[in-house]
Formats: sequence, structure tokens, C-alpha cells
Amino acid sequence: MKYSRIFAAISTLSIATLLIVSCESNTSLEFKRYYSEGAEVYQTRCQNCHGNDGAGLSALIPALNDSTFLKKNKSSLACAIRYGMKGAITINGKAYNENMPAAELAPMEIAQVITYMNNSFGNQLGIVNMDEVEADLKNCK
Amino acid sequence: MRNLVFGLLFIAALSACKSNESKTTLPIFGTRQALTKIVDGKSVTDTVYQTIPKFKFVNQYGDSISNKNLDGKIYVADFFFTTCPSICPQMARNMLKVYGTYKNSADVRILSHSIDPKHDSVPVLKKYADKLGVSGNTWWFLQGKKEDVYSIAEKSYLVAVKQDSSAAGGYVHQGYFVLVDQQKRVRGAYDGTDAKQVDQLIADIKTLQAEVSSKPIQ
Repeated sequence: MKYSRIFAAISTLSIATLLIVSCESNTSLEFKRYYSEGAEVYQTRCQNCHGNDGAGLSALIPALNDSTFLKKNKSSLACAIRYGMKGAITINGKAYNENMPAAELAPMEIAQVITYMNNSFGNQLGIVNMDEVEADLKNCK
Repeated sequence: MRNLVFGLLFIAALSACKSNESKTTLPIFGTRQALTKIVDGKSVTDTVYQTIPKFKFVNQYGDSISNKNLDGKIYVADFFFTTCPSICPQMARNMLKVYGTYKNSADVRILSHSIDPKHDSVPVLKKYADKLGVSGNTWWFLQGKKEDVYSIAEKSYLVAVKQDSSAAGGYVHQGYFVLVDQQKRVRGAYDGTDAKQVDQLIADIKTLQAEVSSKPIQ
């Protein structure tokens, strides 16, 4: 009786641990995939303007390292990439007011490139997956 | 033994210097003609190189800029438009490096010709220069008649440009930085989107500054 209880406790614990570990490795595997695919999307579609180090260009093109801005505007990033951006914004305390052209990317590519951006150039904001991007794209203004 | 090693090192150092020094001339691009003249009763053959012809454009300050403003100057020419979504930001980023290196050199200029003069008016060019962080008279952003700009691009600087509604931004153009010497001869063309080639351009401008032996063209 006593032993079986201990056994049950141990096995529950170990299953839970296994689950947590496998979940974690799944998440990090998914993250790695998104990130490395996102790097390629970035190089072909974003780098010309924003630079290989995400530093932008003088007062014309903003840098991509303003984590506070990226966090605050997380749900509108997909729309900005897909349909372009207009109007005044403040990045790192500096004003920008140019047009960003639209990039015809699939939701998956958008999720990958946001994940790449959000975890490069000093940002550490975790993964943005395709489901989130698809949901965000339904609410574009 | 030790002497031998030092001796070898000395020779190696010498030859390293030599190989650096040997690359002091840049090629001269374009067509050339042999011109035979009679000087003091003797016939003398001279080589006449292709040069950048006369031009007249307006810069970001609204000042008229002609070939005469470039007399005796080394300059870098490129072609762009302010709303260009493709290669221009990368070109501007690299040209800023050239600008940063030579902005205090009185003998160096940068000429960025807009291939979209309808949109890129003088105020638009001024604003673009300001936002890029460019001031003074080292880097001019030029507006001119479209046919003049396209013609000088293709025939003189040998850079292809054309309007194409199917291209991003409506124009296709090559991102070359063309290096022109004090006598308006093309001495190099560098991919303005390639940081390494632009470093070479920066080095080659220095080479041209040191080049004093060539004779002026008549």
C-alpha cells in the first residue's frame, strides 16, 4: 500500500517532468525553426532598407531594436509588414515619417520574420507563431 | 641563425611594401582615340580618352550645378530616386561611408542623380539629404531633365536606367557608384550595394588624389 503510493507519486512526477521537458524542447525547436527561416526572409525582404544589423538608415528608416515599441505594437506588426506602414512613429525617441512598402508574404513567413526580428538586434521577445499572425491579419486597419 | 631569420623577415617586409606600392594606377574606362597633331612641325600622337560631357542640373539647395563645378575634382556619381524601395537604401548606407570619409576634402564630390525628377523636386531632395544627415557641398542630390539624366547615365557613366511600371517603385536601375577623375574620365565602377566594393572605392579615391603625373586633356 505504502509502496504503491510512493510508486504512483514517483511515476506521476516523472511523467510530469517528461511532459515539461518535451514541451520545452518542442517550443525551442519550433522557435529555432521560425528564427532560422525568419532570418532568410529578413535577408531577402527587409535587409536592404533596415540593414543587416537592423540599424535602419539615419532619420529615413527606423532601427528594429526598440523592444518597447515592438512589444507595444505586437499585434499590429503583421499588418504593417503585409500592407505597409504610413504616418509618424517614434522609435528610440526619434521621429520617423516615411512610407514602408508592403511585403507580399504568407502568414507563415510573416510569423517567421517577426520571430527573427523580435529576437535579434538586442530584442528578446520570444516566438510569434502563425496562428497569432493569422488572427492579427484579420484585424488590419 | 638569428641573423638569417631577421634577414628573411626584412626581405619579406620589403617585398610586402613593394607589392602594396605597385598598385597605384587605376584603369581608364571608355573609348579612346589616337589623335595625331602637328606640333612645331612634327607630328605627335596623343591618346584622347572618353570624358563626361557637359551637363547642367540643379542640386538640393536649388543651385545650378554644371560640369564646370567639377573641374579638377574627383567625384562619385550614382543614380537613385528618393522613393526607391529596393537597392537605394543600401546604396545610401554605403555612400554615407564615402561621404563620411571625404566630407572635408575640398577635391572630392558625390553626385546622386534622381531618375524620377517629376517626384524628386528640389525641396524633396533637400528633405531627403537632411534626413540622411548630409549637409554642406560635398554630396549633391541632383534634379535634371529626365532625358538628360537618362542619357548621361547610359552613354557617359554607362549605368542602365529605365522606367518600368512592373518594377518595384516604377523604375529599374543599376546600383553602380562610378568614379570620375579630375579630368572627367571614368576610372572605376563599384557595386553600391556591396560594402566591400565600396571600401575599394574609398581606397581608390585616395589613389586618384595621389595621382599627379597625368596630363590635362586639351
